[in-house]
Amino acid sequence: MKKPSVELRLPILPNMELIATQTAEVISRHMNLTEDQGAEISMALIEACINAFEHSKAENNVFINFLIEDDSLIIKVIDQGIGFDKTKVEIPKIENKIGKDERKRGWGLQLIQELMDSVEFESNNEGTTVTMKKNIKQ
Amino acid sequence: MSDFITSIKENNSIVIIETNGYLNNVGGEAVSAVVYEKMAQGQTKFLINMAATKIVNSIGVSILIEIIEKLQEVNGKIGYYNLAPIVAKTFNIMGLTKYSTVYETEEAAVNDL
Repeated sequence: MKKPSVELRLPILPNMELIATQTAEVISRHMNLTEDQGAEISMALIEACINAFEHSKAENNVFINFLIEDDSLIIKVIDQGIGFDKTKVEIPKIENKIGKDERKRGWGLQLIQELMDSVEFESNNEGTTVTMKKNIKQ
Repeated sequence: MSDFITSIKENNSIVIIETNGYLNNVGGEAVSAVVYEKMAQGQTKFLINMAATKIVNSIGVSILIEIIEKLQEVNGKIGYYNLAPIVAKTFNIMGLTKYSTVYETEEAAVNDL
């Protein structure tokens, strides 16, 4: 039987990431995830959406697919922007930002990787797909 | 006052800012505006009561890093209390807890800061 899924199409407007988190909260409750797991998913989703909204330079919508598996929730955040090279993204450290000229932002990928069980990035000059997975802990 | 900030009070020479809602760029800038205004008046110790802020993003938290940096210039301090677990975890991942302190309660914060 086909696994249930939810698809969202978000316009690139301020705070639209909160629509994605509201959907994630409903799905998390449906899957009986813990409150902490649900909050981690929402936080990772916020960061993935912000990256898609701000850094991709996409002009159209951002698409979010939630795939409900027996033992995990898989979320794909898809933009049709300019893409990015993950190997060129430095791991941020606060020690390198405090008291220095360096910009304080740039934490999104780090947060996503810390909060989800696995993350994959597929990117080229036609867009980026971030695939995030949260395993269900029994 | 911004909708994100619901109250500003003082306790033992510490400015306590109570927030409400999503800590994004707008919320972060609302907090920094209050902190910088109070710093200009000579205040150096700040606490943020985040009981009603259950959700944050890294842009809003990055503005707190800017505040920490400004406070370091005047030997000031900032702390936070009533954090939701995901907010505390985010602060930890981003390293804020190396340069500022998360407290359980206002009393603990005021006694320590």
